[in-house]
Amino acid sequence: MATTTADIAAVSPVSVPSRRASAGLWSDAWYRLKKDRLTMASIAVLVLLILLSAAAPLFEEHVFKFKFAQQDLLGAYAKPQLEKPEYLLGSDEIGRSQVVRLLYGGQISLLVGFLAAFIQLTIGVSLGLIAGYKRGLVDDAITFFITVLNSIPTLFLLLIITALFSPGPLTLIVILGLIGWTGITLFVRGQTFALREREFVTAARTVGASGSRIMLKHILPNVLPFIFILAAIDVGGIILVESALSYLGIGILPPTPSWGNMLSNAAGYFNLAWWLVVSPGVMIFLTVLCLYLIGDGLRDALDPRLRGAS
Amino acid sequence: MRTYVIRRLLYAIPTLVAIATITFLITRLAPGDPIRLFTFGATDLTREDIEALRAAHGLDKSLPEQFALYIVNAAQLKFGNSILYHKDAMSLVLERLPNTLTLAVTALVLQLVIGVPLGVLAAVNRGKWIDNAVRFFGVIGHAVPAFWFGLMLIIIFSVTLRWLPSQGVLTVGKDVWDIGDRLKHLIMPAFVLALAGIANYSRYLRTETLDVIRQDYIRTAEAKGLASKTVFMVHALRNALIPVVTALGGVLAFLISGALVIEQVFTWPGVGQFTYAAARQKDYPVITAGVMLGGMLLVLSYLIRDIAYAVVDPRIKVK
Repeated sequence: MATTTADIAAVSPVSVPSRRASAGLWSDAWYRLKKDRLTMASIAVLVLLILLSAAAPLFEEHVFKFKFAQQDLLGAYAKPQLEKPEYLLGSDEIGRSQVVRLLYGGQISLLVGFLAAFIQLTIGVSLGLIAGYKRGLVDDAITFFITVLNSIPTLFLLLIITALFSPGPLTLIVILGLIGWTGITLFVRGQTFALREREFVTAARTVGASGSRIMLKHILPNVLPFIFILAAIDVGGIILVESALSYLGIGILPPTPSWGNMLSNAAGYFNLAWWLVVSPGVMIFLTVLCLYLIGDGLRDALDPRLRGAS
Repeated sequence: MRTYVIRRLLYAIPTLVAIATITFLITRLAPGDPIRLFTFGATDLTREDIEALRAAHGLDKSLPEQFALYIVNAAQLKFGNSILYHKDAMSLVLERLPNTLTLAVTALVLQLVIGVPLGVLAAVNRGKWIDNAVRFFGVIGHAVPAFWFGLMLIIIFSVTLRWLPSQGVLTVGKDVWDIGDRLKHLIMPAFVLALAGIANYSRYLRTETLDVIRQDYIRTAEAKGLASKTVFMVHALRNALIPVVTALGGVLAFLISGALVIEQVFTWPGVGQFTYAAARQKDYPVITAGVMLGGMLLVLSYLIRDIAYAVVDPRIKVK
């Protein structure tokens, strides 16, 4: 690995007194990130959203005292209100509590977003490293495959797959993960092209390091900061796609609530209860906004040259 | 230039073949027998009838044979008859193409007309409130789920204010050439479809303009004593506009894909909405035709982008 100043500081017996303990890439980035109030706020909101969704069963039992599948036909289309805490955000067409379902929907939407992004990143980064490092025929093959995938409108492709296979939540995560990694691959490939010509890679090769070792131990750590930026944006993008698919009725299928399928449900009777359309959308928007802002903030923190550039 | 265009055209052929292969594989790998589905509920069919149907659709042949036949037919844009409509699938999809194109092109124009000036304005006023507002919008416009934004607009402008129609391309009974009525139907879906692109373009243009005005030749132009307006309009803006063309590929992909959802929200009778309906009914020929048409549109728009790029930035042809 390219020796960073942090490594030197770690082995150096003399500690240099300075305002900051170490000036490694990550601690340096963290130092900058801490000062970026917008990004810190986004992280806080996102963590809050994750915690709220994770704690959905607790809220269900102790705060709202209303099961997420529980119905109350007489209480259908209730307006958002404070008198009945379970109808804090109103109730749907069969009197289910909107707020409890939103919390459970959050579990699904966030889970799909993070897991599918993990699959995308794994595929995208590995293929990008391989294409960029091996070059030649391997690179040509991967690039051609990407050209083809990019030439099918993503939603059309997802549409036929989901419509023909009617997947459950887990299969949907895999499908979303298997599509949409092309941008990550192209980015990592470009970075690898440049990095493989650097002296530390040549040095590693001269001491006899294998191709996979160079890719994983020497090139990957240098691409890693960018991958974190891509990851934040990627999760946001996937949550948007999942919500669109679920809205179309081919993503997460009811009765499992997801923010997308709650919207598709609510869209059917928004002349009766327009507020049901508002809250799931706000949740999606807020989550994705936080993720995008975190992505922007990470980029500024990790690469100060780009600060304020876009 | 001509050789470049021809070479690019030839590159498109393997891509199209590969797209056709992928759609073939997905539809064939899917569980369920199309003939079973086709004849579902028909009790008076004999085994021979089913075999005859199978043969009529070419499903009695081996998979490689089916594939060869499929590719030959696909090259002639034949994807078989729709199971629901008993008409040629591709011509059914093509009937919806003008509507999708109207929507996508209007959205593209809106993106350019609104997004580009916003980005330039932000760059010129760097650090001022207008810059912050544009940057803020640049993130927000990206994070809003487009279909939800569409629903909200329908609630506001159709349900509450009753200003704009919420669905279709034309009021029933109106003259086909009633442009005013068509525009009223078009404005909401087109704007919703354009939103993310407007945000994108304002970001690109801001970055690019800031980048360009730092270049040496801009300083040279200013040193020559040119008016700052001339420097900006003639020297800076022309180069800042290059990413408008570069981004076109992704933008068009987004428009064609995004149109599918937006068409559904506004019941806009386009290719996406039709393919979606077909997918729900498992109308395989129409699904294949719709996906292939989407793919062809994309390949075509990438082609247009690359040619436009070569025109705008002559360095690209060297590669």
